[in-house]
Amino acid sequence: MRRAREERSPTALLTVLFIGIALLYLPILVLIGYSFNSSPLVNVWGGFSTTWYGQLFHNRQLLEAALLSLEVAVTASSGAVLLGTLAATALVRFARFPGRALLTGMVNAPLVMPEIITGITQLLLFVSMMQLFGWPHRGFTTIVLSHVTFCAAYVTITVQSRLAAADRSLEEAAMDLGASPARAFIEITLPIIAPAIISSWLLCFTLSLDDLVISSFVAGPGASTLPMVIYSKVKLGVSPDVNALASLIVCAVGICIFVAGWLMMRSDRRRALETQLAGR
Amino acid sequence: MKTTWRPGRWLIILPPLIFLLVFFLIPFAFAFKISFAEAAPRVPPFTDVISFTANHHLQLAISLGNYRYLLTDEVYGVAYLYSLRTAFFSTLICLVLGYPMAYAIARSPKSSQGLLLLIIMLPFWTSFLLRVYALEGIIRDNGFLNTVLLHLGLIDHPLRIMRTSLAVYLGIIYSYLPFMVLPLFATLEKLDTTLLEAAADLGSTPRRAFLDITLPLSIPGVIAGSMLVFIPAVGEFVIPSLLGGPNNLMIGRVLWDEFFGNHDWPVASAVAIAFLLLLAVPIAIYQYYNVRQLEA
Repeated sequence: MRRAREERSPTALLTVLFIGIALLYLPILVLIGYSFNSSPLVNVWGGFSTTWYGQLFHNRQLLEAALLSLEVAVTASSGAVLLGTLAATALVRFARFPGRALLTGMVNAPLVMPEIITGITQLLLFVSMMQLFGWPHRGFTTIVLSHVTFCAAYVTITVQSRLAAADRSLEEAAMDLGASPARAFIEITLPIIAPAIISSWLLCFTLSLDDLVISSFVAGPGASTLPMVIYSKVKLGVSPDVNALASLIVCAVGICIFVAGWLMMRSDRRRALETQLAGR
Repeated sequence: MKTTWRPGRWLIILPPLIFLLVFFLIPFAFAFKISFAEAAPRVPPFTDVISFTANHHLQLAISLGNYRYLLTDEVYGVAYLYSLRTAFFSTLICLVLGYPMAYAIARSPKSSQGLLLLIIMLPFWTSFLLRVYALEGIIRDNGFLNTVLLHLGLIDHPLRIMRTSLAVYLGIIYSYLPFMVLPLFATLEKLDTTLLEAAADLGSTPRRAFLDITLPLSIPGVIAGSMLVFIPAVGEFVIPSLLGGPNNLMIGRVLWDEFFGNHDWPVASAVAIAFLLLLAVPIAIYQYYNVRQLEA
């Protein structure tokens, strides 16, 4: 049975797979290669050098933007994880409540909504709120609010599937032994869904750190996040210091994602093992 | 099912519900309202649609000028059509490339599937803007591709790819391919392989079995993947802006220019609303298949 399955993996298919993967990675690898080029001319190899990396740390505009982006990313992903976990709990645990269809729709729609539409509609909301209530001032607050909105959707989807798979009988046993529902959830189920929560925090962090379009709309004139600064530099053409900065970000983000994916895979595997053992 | 948590329920339901209502859904109402305003040199830069007169009467000042403008100025029509066409063909190419990739992963041993998926998804999560920039490094006139081809003597002078439609296509395919592979994998992985064995036992060739069994059963994945590529691709801004030329006007770029270049917020809102109506059908299809898949 298992052999029959593996026999159906012809080399032609695997070739396409590996060519596809190679094409996905080639531009990033070339970019990292160029970032160590000592020549300021982008098409001439002038030898290995880390000059451009050194220069980054003397660019105040970049450093300030990077700091803002980091602050936004940490705040927004924490907020998104909180809201997304609540939304996932509501959708998995409560089969029926008024507004369930609305919540499902609002959780899924941001995933496919073009950023440019989300960006402009949220800006118009913030501007109108400012007129009516004198809050929020455009800048850090509005960027965080809009990032929480689209990140919460990703958290909900990730946590939802893990929560649906979690064994409820353990929690029920805890409640039979006198634990309150909240206590049973926190002590039994939360540790089970923790890998999903941690990895979705990391995913939100990278999504927020990366966002250009929505931030450009809602940031207002005073604040610039890192992608906004990079975009305005890139608009002027390829430059060696952007290569260095891009390589740093790509590597940092890559590590975050790899850890997130690894956490999810490890807990998947452990769960598969446990169900296997329990079955025997 | 036991109904527990009755009192605490709303503490869990309400925060996300209210937050998304206020910051995701209600903004569309504001955009809709402002699309009926007129640009005005003030802060914020548009006239009031709803206001109160001195003696507390409600006053509505609705202007249809923005929508009339969208219909009369041909830039918008051209941009809509160009966006739809570009997104459509990019989606098709992603499907052709992504299907065998997803199929290969689904047929590889369970132990390596997770790692392969992670390898496919890693670029997707890694800075979109920077990947578009990295692609520019490959395809620009003195970029990696031309350097290699010139070096090998395959071409005499550099290929002109940047600032053409081809660059926009390459950008979209490169950026959105992972979106296609993931849902396709999800359906192909669930496929009951005993069906294929039964077909083989009954004398069906592998190609025949693929066309009769695998392909029809993977249609939900095809649709979900296509929508995940098509919808954001129609609204794409970064790719046409960085890789495309002045002729590659996509609707996202027109909206951006209207907003940041001309500071005409009401027209930009009208473009957004019209665009959203255009996308309502594909979004509805996606939601339908997505909900069905989640419930399956």
